[in-house]
Amino acid sequence: MKRSTPATLVAVSLLIIAGLLVAGCTDTQETPGDAVTLNVFTAASLTGAFTDIGKAFEAENENIKVVFVFSGSQDLRTQIEHGADADIFVSANMKHMNTLKDSGFMVDDTVAQFVENCLIMVTPADNPAGIEGLADLAEPGVKLVIGTKDVPFGDYTRQLLDNMAADPEYGEEYRDAVMANVISEETAVTSVMPKLTLGEADASFVYKSDISKDDRDKLKRFEIPSKYITENPIYPIGVLAESTHKAEAESFIAFVRGPAGSDILTDYGFDPIPVEN
Amino acid sequence: MDLTQFRLKTETDRHNGRPRVGRVIFTLLVAVLLSLFLLFVTIPVASLFLRIAPEAFIRSLTEPVVLDALSLSLVTATISTVIVVIFGTPLALANARYDYPGRDIVDTLTDLPIVLPPAVAGIALLMAFGRRGVVGQYLDLFGIHIAFTTVAVILAQVFVASPFYIRQAKASFEAVDRLYEDAARTLGASPWTVAFRVTIPLAWGGLISGAILSFARALGEFGATIMFAGNLQGRTQTMPLAIYTTMQGDLDAAISLAIILVVISFAVIATVKVVTRRKF
Repeated sequence: MKRSTPATLVAVSLLIIAGLLVAGCTDTQETPGDAVTLNVFTAASLTGAFTDIGKAFEAENENIKVVFVFSGSQDLRTQIEHGADADIFVSANMKHMNTLKDSGFMVDDTVAQFVENCLIMVTPADNPAGIEGLADLAEPGVKLVIGTKDVPFGDYTRQLLDNMAADPEYGEEYRDAVMANVISEETAVTSVMPKLTLGEADASFVYKSDISKDDRDKLKRFEIPSKYITENPIYPIGVLAESTHKAEAESFIAFVRGPAGSDILTDYGFDPIPVEN
Repeated sequence: MDLTQFRLKTETDRHNGRPRVGRVIFTLLVAVLLSLFLLFVTIPVASLFLRIAPEAFIRSLTEPVVLDALSLSLVTATISTVIVVIFGTPLALANARYDYPGRDIVDTLTDLPIVLPPAVAGIALLMAFGRRGVVGQYLDLFGIHIAFTTVAVILAQVFVASPFYIRQAKASFEAVDRLYEDAARTLGASPWTVAFRVTIPLAWGGLISGAILSFARALGEFGATIMFAGNLQGRTQTMPLAIYTTMQGDLDAAISLAIILVVISFAVIATVKVVTRRKF
């Protein structure tokens, strides 16, 4: 065999790069008769649910392929604003959807609120601090982990405590006592869960959908009385104005909101919002 | 930078009659690479100062989150440096002076935190001292909690910063001429007197610079702290953690904290340079 010289090396690498480029182009370009590809930009908290929904949808629609981009809603919005090729946008809050809508990025009448999330209290399954309800969080020595004020689940936690402080049944001392029990403020739900499952923390407030199926047996969940909830996080979905597959995109949204999609979403801890007629 | 060193070297290295062009190219190459690298290091640091208005910097210095982080960082890093010096000095002296079975193992173990990623240190400390940890579960019986307290911040800092002092201290002790110690001993000095009146004063410069480096490492500790001590303003939120947290809301506060850390780090390097150059 001939020894490979720098020139042949360069030639080979060029060939590989050219090959990759061709492959990359043919992937996104559809020739007639091929499957249509839908690019669905989806808020990261929906990763599990939408992966399952995508598989179920593809099984029913053989000519449509669903490709997900999962990231923070803010990041996805920025990508769309800078020309990313998206057909559907699913946001974890109204703010980013409304911004895109106001700038004309969305097909307005396709935008709809489709699921609700809610804040719940969680403790480790063996509940080391013996917490039976919200009132117990103010007991001295309880170790509480919450989100920082700048992340949504931390913000909703503070709203909840403020609402409870306004109720004479609990009062401001309650809120102060609870905040004094906080041992750590986390920037992501992903760093709350290990503290609970390891038993380092006694309780936390997270979104119902944040608890993965694997963690369900390791945690005990407590619902929060609705009178202390100002608003629940609501997720909107909609078709992009620049989408070249609007009909397919709408059929995907219909699937998400239909019985199959709703079942999957419910399974992941979300509360689907019924389609208005 | 003294480039004449390079020139002297090339001249003595080759006497084959064509060093001029080679020398020019060499000097140019060194100059270009050197300036590119300097730019690479200075531009990001300078950008911190350019991205914030002086008024905004001063305003954020009064923010509780900044003040709490600053004082917590200074207090914990000081305490952990003192702990490192108290425990590290005898260890460094023993390893520099005595050959005992297992000395290499001790050496390796004390160096380990330098190469361990802080995330590993964090989870290791949690598994040891967490409420259900190997040691922590027994401490829990006595109502002693370490994880997610200021004590945990200090433990994390001691863990990651100790090698910086111990290595330096050991090298300084090794550099002390044994003749002085032997002379003191033959004149009847006790081991205490030898250590405190001869060895330590002679190694002083190295000990100080080691302690300063260890302090700087403690000040910058992030990964092990956030995993083992958590993130709570005023209790466990040190400056690096506060930068990480405020990044998501108050960018000015994050930049201000970063600038303070840059200034402190700069002062640390300058002090170490002065201290190691001075002869004691």
